Amino acid sequence: MNAHTLDPLVVRTTCPYCGVGCGVRAAPDGMGGAKIDGDPAHPANRGRLCSKGFALGETLGLDGRLLHPMIRQAAGGLARTDWSTALDQVADGFKHIIARDGPNAVAFYLSGQLLTEDYYVANKLMKGFIGSANVDTNSRLCMASSVAGHRRAFGADTVPGIYEDLDQADLLVLVGSNAAWCHPVLFQRMAENKRQRGAKIVVIDPRRTASAEGADLFLPIAPGTDTALFCGLLVHLVEMYAVDYAYIDSHTTGFEDAVIRAREIAPNVAATARATGLAKADVERFFKLFRTTPRAVTCFSQGVNQSAQGTDKVNAIINCHLATGRIGRPGMGPFSLTGQPNAMGGREVGGLANQLAAHMDFSSADVDRVRRFWSGAHMATFEGLKAVQMFDAIERGEIKALWVMGTNPAVSLPKANAVRAALKNLELFVISENVLNNDTVNAGAHVLLPAAAWGEKNGTVTNSERRISRQRPFLPLPGYTRPDWWIVSEVAKRLGFEEAFAYCSAADIFREHAALSAFENEGLRDFDIGALATINDETFDALDPVLWPARKNAPKAEPRFFAEGGYYTGNRRARFVTPEPPRLKEATNKEFPFRLNTGRVRDQWHTMTRSGVSSRLSAHTPEPFVEVHPKDAAAFGLIDGGFAKVTTRYGNSILKVAVSAGQRRRSLFVPIHWSDATASCARICEMVTPATDPFSGQPEAKATPAAIVPVTFQYSGFAIARRSIKPMTGTWWARVAIAGGTGLLLATDVTPTELQEQVLDMFPAEAELAEYVDRPRGVYRVAAFVKGRLEGCLFVGPAQATPQWDAVKALLEADTIGDGERRMLLSGRATDGIAENGPLVCACFGVGLIAIRKAIVSGDASNVEEIGHALRAGTNCGSCVPELKKIIADELVLREAV
Amino acid sequence: MSEPLVIIGNGMAAARFVDELSKRALGRYAVAVIGEEARLAYNRILLSSVLAGEVAQSEIELKPASWWRDRGVTLRYGVPATAVDAAARTVLLADGTKLPFAKLVFATGSRPLRLPIPGMELEGVLTFRDAGDVGTITNNAGRGARVVVIGGGLLGLEAAYGLAKAGAQVTVMHLMDMLMERQIDARAAAMLRYAVEAKNVRVLLKAETVRLVGDRRVEAVELKDGSTIKTDTVVVAVGIKPNTELARAAGIAVNRGIVIDDSLETSAAGIFAIGECAEHRGQCYGIVEPAYEQARVLAERLAGRDVSYSGSVLSTNLKVSGVNVFSVGDFLGSSGTEEIVLADPSFGTYKKLVISDGRLVGAVLFGDTVDGLWYLDLIRTGVSIERFRDDLVFGRALIERAAA
Repeated sequence: MNAHTLDPLVVRTTCPYCGVGCGVRAAPDGMGGAKIDGDPAHPANRGRLCSKGFALGETLGLDGRLLHPMIRQAAGGLARTDWSTALDQVADGFKHIIARDGPNAVAFYLSGQLLTEDYYVANKLMKGFIGSANVDTNSRLCMASSVAGHRRAFGADTVPGIYEDLDQADLLVLVGSNAAWCHPVLFQRMAENKRQRGAKIVVIDPRRTASAEGADLFLPIAPGTDTALFCGLLVHLVEMYAVDYAYIDSHTTGFEDAVIRAREIAPNVAATARATGLAKADVERFFKLFRTTPRAVTCFSQGVNQSAQGTDKVNAIINCHLATGRIGRPGMGPFSLTGQPNAMGGREVGGLANQLAAHMDFSSADVDRVRRFWSGAHMATFEGLKAVQMFDAIERGEIKALWVMGTNPAVSLPKANAVRAALKNLELFVISENVLNNDTVNAGAHVLLPAAAWGEKNGTVTNSERRISRQRPFLPLPGYTRPDWWIVSEVAKRLGFEEAFAYCSAADIFREHAALSAFENEGLRDFDIGALATINDETFDALDPVLWPARKNAPKAEPRFFAEGGYYTGNRRARFVTPEPPRLKEATNKEFPFRLNTGRVRDQWHTMTRSGVSSRLSAHTPEPFVEVHPKDAAAFGLIDGGFAKVTTRYGNSILKVAVSAGQRRRSLFVPIHWSDATASCARICEMVTPATDPFSGQPEAKATPAAIVPVTFQYSGFAIARRSIKPMTGTWWARVAIAGGTGLLLATDVTPTELQEQVLDMFPAEAELAEYVDRPRGVYRVAAFVKGRLEGCLFVGPAQATPQWDAVKALLEADTIGDGERRMLLSGRATDGIAENGPLVCACFGVGLIAIRKAIVSGDASNVEEIGHALRAGTNCGSCVPELKKIIADELVLREAV
Repeated sequence: MSEPLVIIGNGMAAARFVDELSKRALGRYAVAVIGEEARLAYNRILLSSVLAGEVAQSEIELKPASWWRDRGVTLRYGVPATAVDAAARTVLLADGTKLPFAKLVFATGSRPLRLPIPGMELEGVLTFRDAGDVGTITNNAGRGARVVVIGGGLLGLEAAYGLAKAGAQVTVMHLMDMLMERQIDARAAAMLRYAVEAKNVRVLLKAETVRLVGDRRVEAVELKDGSTIKTDTVVVAVGIKPNTELARAAGIAVNRGIVIDDSLETSAAGIFAIGECAEHRGQCYGIVEPAYEQARVLAERLAGRDVSYSGSVLSTNLKVSGVNVFSVGDFLGSSGTEEIVLADPSFGTYKKLVISDGRLVGAVLFGDTVDGLWYLDLIRTGVSIERFRDDLVFGRALIERAAA
């Protein structure tokens, strides 16, 4: 290496996790890694990062990466192939099926992790050239209800506010949002506002989450009743003369109907309290706070969206902001916090089955406009199938070819078991992926296409406040990986659309996307970034985060929408929506007395294919768990730290029990992150009802009726290894990233003696094994060493005394193991504070060389008698006396030499 | 006027007894020590080190002459006692001297067993017991000489190690299928064999010697399977026999050893026995620790304290440099006991603890014997180990830190 390149180039990019869209600075280390910190210049985070973002540098390794195209062989296995073969197979398959069964027999299932440019190309291919709108995305599971709510109220999928509103509001209402864990950097901004300006924070959630800690008011609302609360609020605002009639009159329609409906649902405080399960005083306090605080922002997230009435909930919230005119002004407005890094970008390109492109839908005018812009060969003219329906159509055999890009639907869709089975029906199942192994890949993909990952990709993402930021590469493309836009374009060319997909770069695509947003826009569509349609490659490369709208030849746009009306409905007025009375889709009963609430944990992301690689992140909540209220735990015989089986009509899981007073009675909270790749039996979406919202198609992921029973395992323990370890048969396990390797947390009824027989397969053949066996206690521990280094170990013991792995884990990081550490390793305890003995000298009194040397060096002893006096060594049988004399002589020589 | 106390025997038990007694009742007795070997008491355990050339003959004396003198002890070494008259309370020495006693202590030790096979009388067939043996062996088996050690017990292995260290080509022949079968279990024995072989000692198991072959001087060892092993010297280390003749002749009860009760007293009042010559509750001990315990208890009793000896927990400590082996108690595990095993064979360590009713009752340690004495203590005191059972095998340091 030459010395001139020692200074690494710092690359400004954007975090690949949640919808906050934090700016990240990456300093590549030249060895495939990078030092990561927050970008102080990015307006979303101003240098801050959350634990996940902060650990991004730990997730860049190539272990488990898909690095070359692969094709399913006749014998069943996947084999490596070249790009041209793989792309031909994909194109031929699509061509054949489209020719035979029509364009609606094929579908794309995309991801909020894709960059806007990737999204744009995939959407264009399907809707403009294949002629189907069967393009949907995992965003359907995330914020489709917000999209539908926005469109119903505003006539467009517009987020009216910006992040600065969170700094400027006097009241921050979090509805179904555990922002402290899911949007931590935004939550920090809110907390800062509270500290600096005294803003009040109200948290509305069935469960007392981390966000509720320190909130001014926590409303533990009954699941699914948010609409009642906001209807009650609307009635209250009307009755207290707190509505803004001037705004209502000038800029909205449907107010009276909305109030009538609100009165039917929640006519007063008492009725609201009854409907929502809240204390009357709490409801009153909330209403008063909202009424008397003009600068109010209502943030909502999956607790609102993931519901069979999610769109109504969104509109019930928006109704209150419209009625008070608190929208589009500093510190005011409804605010959807999106879950994914580029859900917003996907919405902008129209990468959802019920959108066409660039915030246009399937009206004939829009279809015609887009056809002309794209020179579309085969335009889709009606909505396609939304995620859940799409997989139902696959199950029925109506969709015969599916291309999944960058998402893991076999884990994340409701009734995931059925999804997995349905995937087997496909004639052609293509996946663009980063990883070699996940549940969807393992569900029988025919073609695997290696896609570029974060740090390698080049393009743009849009965050929750409509801010477009660059994701810039700072690592070379590994192996044969390619950007998603390139992969899709290559297939499009093979389908005969060379001209329309002749892109050379992400910048090419971005310019076209920007041009389409401005095409015949004339202020009729909110999404317009025409100002960026002609930027050159250099400007694109250097593009600073930019808020839209960014209209061509327009003076700097107002960053917020709708303060002065100007909605995107036919009459430019906002629509008040009359929501349905709140009701969860499926009722609990004797058999399924609980509500299954799902969500995220602080340090993991989606199905953990990236965050699960970081040992730091994996340490926070290493195991899949179910949170239960203490009283329910007592009534159902559940023990904190024990296990339970959770069952719904659709599936079941076995999870660790976490008893928590913050949990709601008769409600179970389970994190969504685990899959078959990371746990034996914790695929949560397998248990989730497929019931969806009639407008958004978003599944009701947080209220499936469920049952819970305790499960006991006789033994528990863990295994760790430098290489990946295969879980032992017949055990409950959860895979955890640890520094230097992977770990498995285990629980089992397989006896330690039987496990002992499986152990030889666990470690390399050349490993030296050390074992600890206490059979009567059911304890078995084994450690494997290769060349003086710990290769791995397995600890099992009685379930009531689960061994702890911290001390052993630490040793996996070490390149060599000291003698003392090796001796103590199977105790599972740290050796700090235990005096190292060295080779034994006096066998009678167990005195080692180190202690003897110490006595000599310290001057306590200079002959055999004095050593005997100080340490007793040599005073019993005396057989060590010659050795003692030699040690003394050696030490004294050394001492004189010094 | 001090009571005359005569000790027959000038070995480790006698020396320790005098030491303990002088600490408690200096001047109360006029002590005379009669020794057969013509030298001051020495540390017999170090004989293998002498053999190995690690330490000089002169360095293994337990106490210098001045030490004995300072305690007023009359040393009569090089003069064996030939008779005891229990009634007249006198001891007759080989030189005709008659020593009167008020109290008499037998500390006559033991001597090596010989094999009842032809050829034992040949030149070059030696035993390994005292300083004299060491001299003979050294003369017979110098550098490069072929030596067969018959017996793979503690003594045989120590001798073999010493010889190998001194440069001889040593073969240990052992009747059983494992070394030290009375002190350790099969797993430890296998590791021991490996470790001993690593010190250039060849080990032959299941080797029953039927004849020593040679004209005048031994030339080979013949085994039961018909094979012969050529050798220049044979060292027989197959066990010991308590020296009881003197006591038996004096009409004192003798079984395998001189029978003593919990007061360490023989069948004759005022006459005691300690160390390897004694048999307590049917048990003759062949190692130093019980002898030391007996010496201490007898010293206390003769100093007027009412203490008694109820037997020793047997522990074994192989004194071969770099090969640490320890065993104690019921290390094989009788029925109804439980075992905890920690083994890291490639690292050269193995520990087995035997538990009964929540108490430690036995242990075998190989390689890492630091905690041997602590386990011995736990066995002796019989404290419950349930509280720290999971940590027990990892030793005292871990448990004491955990408790801290």
